[in-house]
Amino acid sequence: MSESWIIQNLRAVRGRAYPRILGAQREPSWIFFDVVLPLLGVAAYVYVYKFMNAPSEFVGFVILGGAMTAFWLNILWSMASQLYWEKETGNLSLYLIAPVSRLSILAGMAVGGLFFTTLRASSTLIIGIVVFSVTLSLSSPIMLIAIFTVTMIALYGMGMMFASLYLLFGREAYHMSSLMTEPIYLASGFYFPVKALGYWAAAGASIIPITLGLDGLRQLFYPSTSAEYGFLPVELELAMLAGLSVLFLFLSKLSLDYMEKLGKTTGRLTLRWQ
Amino acid sequence: MEPAVETRSLTRVFNPKKKKEGKSVRALDLVNLKIERGELFGLLGPNGAGKTTLLKILSTLLLPTSGKAFVSGFDVENEFVEVRKRINMVSGGEISGYGLLTVRENLWMFSQFYGIKSAVAYERIDDMLSKFGMLDKRTEKVRTLSTGQRQKMNVIRGFVTDPEILFLDEPTLGLDVNASRVIRDFIVDWVRKKDRDKTVLLTTHYMAEADQLCDRIAIIDDGRILACDTPENLKKLVKASTTLKLDVTTLKDKRILDTIPGVEKFTSTDDLENNITSLRFVLNDDSAVSDIVSGVIRGGSKILALRKTEPTLEDVFIKLVGKGFE
Repeated sequence: MSESWIIQNLRAVRGRAYPRILGAQREPSWIFFDVVLPLLGVAAYVYVYKFMNAPSEFVGFVILGGAMTAFWLNILWSMASQLYWEKETGNLSLYLIAPVSRLSILAGMAVGGLFFTTLRASSTLIIGIVVFSVTLSLSSPIMLIAIFTVTMIALYGMGMMFASLYLLFGREAYHMSSLMTEPIYLASGFYFPVKALGYWAAAGASIIPITLGLDGLRQLFYPSTSAEYGFLPVELELAMLAGLSVLFLFLSKLSLDYMEKLGKTTGRLTLRWQ
Repeated sequence: MEPAVETRSLTRVFNPKKKKEGKSVRALDLVNLKIERGELFGLLGPNGAGKTTLLKILSTLLLPTSGKAFVSGFDVENEFVEVRKRINMVSGGEISGYGLLTVRENLWMFSQFYGIKSAVAYERIDDMLSKFGMLDKRTEKVRTLSTGQRQKMNVIRGFVTDPEILFLDEPTLGLDVNASRVIRDFIVDWVRKKDRDKTVLLTTHYMAEADQLCDRIAIIDDGRILACDTPENLKKLVKASTTLKLDVTTLKDKRILDTIPGVEKFTSTDDLENNITSLRFVLNDDSAVSDIVSGVIRGGSKILALRKTEPTLEDVFIKLVGKGFE
């Protein structure tokens, strides 16, 4: 792996990330659609918990979960399905004939998506905290950064793997992403502590990195609730997320190579209107 | 030095996903081609002839079913990374890029996938935009461009990476005369620059475009290469023949023309709106003209125009394929 090869691939990452980063500036309508509207969904859960006189931390749990939905939606609609859209517009073949690793193109999509989505999620979080007067008692900022970072690596690694698997999809891509929206909201505990699902269900849902990541973030923001509502010790969650990061990045490389070869053999790689 | 492109018995068969979706299609059938470096090579054929399939294989987007293809001496199947370093591709009617980016940003983005330094990329982009008369559009968002401007941008995208070999798949498809001329002139200038071994493989179904631009042309139909030579030599194939064009009032029964001695091949096009049938004959005996004229009259039509012409690539195509492009 020569230095020039690395620089070339880093340039490819930057190039592909650019439209997504720029999109945040050029289309400010996202503030309404991606911040204000999701807050309405979050507000419904907040009022349910308030009405039931649930512990005040639950409002914080819901707002954190609401903010994190942005990342899951980004994975489904802007990572997994992205190569399908790129195929329809003709970009995919141009990416595939470029002399760079396909992973750098996917990484560029991930970096751009991560930047934009962090902006969206932060806005949701801040507005939610202000509007619902949420108090956070952060115990370990370093651990928080570590959990968030590793969660994002694992999550976007999973997104890259999905993108590869979706490579040959036609319109099924849309249905598959729809199928994985609401069920994952439930399984990953976006609006409640995942521990409520029971140990084995929560353990199964932990294959989705956001399940462990969200649980870890909640424990770090509300350390006093860890024993009662936390699923696993945060350190263990961090280790598991690191393992998932490696696994998904490896699988994404494997699946991308396989699907590209399959697409070239069947001729479906550049076939539009499927 | 290795040829720019070489194919050996290249065959590609497309099988349907399910049996009920139809039969297998043999898109390429034992194609043998050799394109030398520095050539502007044309692949001429009607829609569905196999032109795009060949380009997809050469640009590493598709695998052959059998046979071999080499680009710059590298096997497209096993050495595709080396092939990709040396090529780029532009297709007609392409809608690549992102509408919210400006023309300059879009071109820069694609240059990044080839590892080109930003400063170098911007210099090339501005230079080419200027040559294409689009410098004033460089800060416009791509979604605001007209079809012609967008296609010019796509063509620039292909050249900006300065590839050894450029595949152009119907680059002037659907464009007006001016936009097509600008693109054609640029292609010729790029290939003809001294001390360079740049190669262009151009597919088209515009006969005049192939005739005007290409050093050599391969005529392809039903996945097979029917002839491959310079435009002049190809035209010699029909030089011994005479080409006759007739415009007549709509000729309903054309079977009468099938059996006229001396007619090598003929095609017809009906313009129902204007009540005109255009007939084009390749003759190996001039005496057939009088029989054709009497045949048309017997068929109930009136002759509106009649002319003998110099052979064109279209005549070559008719002679080889037995039908016109339309």
